[in-house]
Amino acid sequence: MWDYTDKVNEHFRNPHNVGKVENPDGEGQVGSLACGDALKLMFKLDDEGRISEAKFQTFGCASAIASSSALTDMIIGKTLEEAEKITNKDIADYLGGLPKQKVHCSVMGREALEAAIYNYRTGKTWSKEIEGEVVCHCFGVTDKEIEEAIRNNDAQTVEDLTDTCKAGGGCGNCIPELEAILKRVTAEMEAEKNKPVQMPMTNLQKIHLIEDVIDREVRPALRQDGGDLELIDVAGDIVTVRFRGACSGCVVSAITLKDVVEARLKENVSEDITVEEIK
Amino acid sequence: MKTVYVDNNATTQIADEVREAMLPFLTDLWGNPSSMHTFGGQVKKHVEAAREKVAALIGAADPQEVTFTSCGSESNNLAIRGGAEAMDKPLHVITSKVEHAAVSGPCHYLEDRGFRLTKLDVDSQGDLDTGALVHEVKSGKSLTSIMWANNETGVIFPVSQIGELVHEFGGIFHTDAVQAVGKIPMNVSELPIDMLSLSGHKLHAPKGVGALYIRRGTKVKPLVLGGHQERGRRAGTENVPYIVGLGVACDLAGKKLSEENDRVKAMRDRLEQGILACCPGSRVNGDSMHRLPNTTNISFDFIEGEAILLMLDDRGICASTGSACASGSLEPSHVLRAMNVPGTAVHGSIRFSLSTYNTDEDIDAVLTELPKIVQRLRELSPFV
Ligand code: FES
Repeated sequence: MWDYTDKVNEHFRNPHNVGKVENPDGEGQVGSLACGDALKLMFKLDDEGRISEAKFQTFGCASAIASSSALTDMIIGKTLEEAEKITNKDIADYLGGLPKQKVHCSVMGREALEAAIYNYRTGKTWSKEIEGEVVCHCFGVTDKEIEEAIRNNDAQTVEDLTDTCKAGGGCGNCIPELEAILKRVTAEMEAEKNKPVQMPMTNLQKIHLIEDVIDREVRPALRQDGGDLELIDVAGDIVTVRFRGACSGCVVSAITLKDVVEARLKENVSEDITVEEIK
Repeated sequence: MKTVYVDNNATTQIADEVREAMLPFLTDLWGNPSSMHTFGGQVKKHVEAAREKVAALIGAADPQEVTFTSCGSESNNLAIRGGAEAMDKPLHVITSKVEHAAVSGPCHYLEDRGFRLTKLDVDSQGDLDTGALVHEVKSGKSLTSIMWANNETGVIFPVSQIGELVHEFGGIFHTDAVQAVGKIPMNVSELPIDMLSLSGHKLHAPKGVGALYIRRGTKVKPLVLGGHQERGRRAGTENVPYIVGLGVACDLAGKKLSEENDRVKAMRDRLEQGILACCPGSRVNGDSMHRLPNTTNISFDFIEGEAILLMLDDRGICASTGSACASGSLEPSHVLRAMNVPGTAVHGSIRFSLSTYNTDEDIDAVLTELPKIVQRLRELSPFV
């Protein structure tokens, strides 16, 4: 017998927002009959971009139904940006907690929300494969979901993973791979923890740093050849530059761009930077 | 709210007669049956009387072939581990894919210790692949453990045919008859069965007592070592009140066997037909020809068993499900999976198991409530 909270029992027995939304703006379905649970979520936005209507249909046990009902209650009235922030833990907390073996029901709720928002934004149907490679074939769980379970739900053993995202709960063939992922991600998390916390740079700091690097490490070399470089724009990680003087029109400028400018900026500013040239 | 108990394959209510018979052994007659003095020693004859009653119900030739244990699981462990360890190695252990964990557990234990293990398939009706059994028993001396009747579906296996095959090739045959004893007539002395497990709480005795039939001449190594109780097969002072209770329960079961096969079966059939008629998308799991008179296992397409069960529970109806969610595992019942029950139905199975204590009103209650629940959950399901 499961020890369900009153809130779970309430939402299971009298679920809110059951059914379908007419002409939904977003719609997402996760899970399957074979897996033993599935959830279809639909929503409609009002003029201000807030979720005005959300409905669900669920095949599954009491906690799956309760998680779905709770999810719809939680997202109504929110903008998509706000709704997106809801984690599976928030859903479980809203219900006063779920038995450990039932955490995957709240994860299913979170995934359905993601799928529905994806559908609204892209017009496409979300599928797990978009976000990674399936590792556990019994339950179609991807490496990304497993990594999330480790990072966000504090899964530390294969058993925890099974509770959180079902991976490993069937034939068990994927268990060695689950163990490998556990090992890798925990090591990564350990390393991240030990790294001195770096405050993310503000845009202004970033631009200054880029200018500084170009000044110090790029310009002197270009000037020797009678050329120069002008910083045009910084948009996120994309840095746009223009070559001047002898460099403009020079065939090797493309190589210079990659080899020198981008390499220096990657090294000194951020790994993610790419440099583009306008003529 | 009245409790409608239709989960008798899980456990049964203790019969009044059983409780009454046990009480003196919890009050005045608390002596040790092994004692030399009269006060203790007088208890022994009650233990032996109980042994006779158990032997009578299963048709054992000699009451000494009955060893009392603490439960069905212990009986199965004693038969399989104790039986295998008393035989010459290398030994082949043969079982089926639909056994109770109390059989598959010790079988896997033996496999880990170097025994060869084969688990036989069943077909979509839950019937054993006897062709495969023939093939396997030929390959060398075996200890074969196949249940008499399945706890989830009630499907009855052809134990006589199985035993003959096993014996033909020099093997030993054990059957877990926990669900069959007291529900169908049996006469082990005339069957090719070497060991048979039974459990008290499945036939209106309390939990905590069971027995293993060990045919004269069958070698078994004890699991519990120590004193000479149970002729050295199981050490430990006898659980006298419960053994007495089991004896009375066996006596009662013998007397009620025909009722089980008439009145209980009629109620079960009415329940089953009623559900199939008023719940579209429902199906019976398991061979209805070879089946216990009290059990029906029904799947409902597109809805999930735990949800059905909890809604039944709200209305005082106690049943059980093979659904994954209810058990805390993620895989639905190994029995239904071995039968290849389709994906639409495997998560939505409910088992109803009756006893002589059920009434027609119980059946009416289920038939009134269940269709509403099924409809309600179907409204919630994205697949309908
Ligand atoms: S592949 Fe993961 S449990 Fe079967």
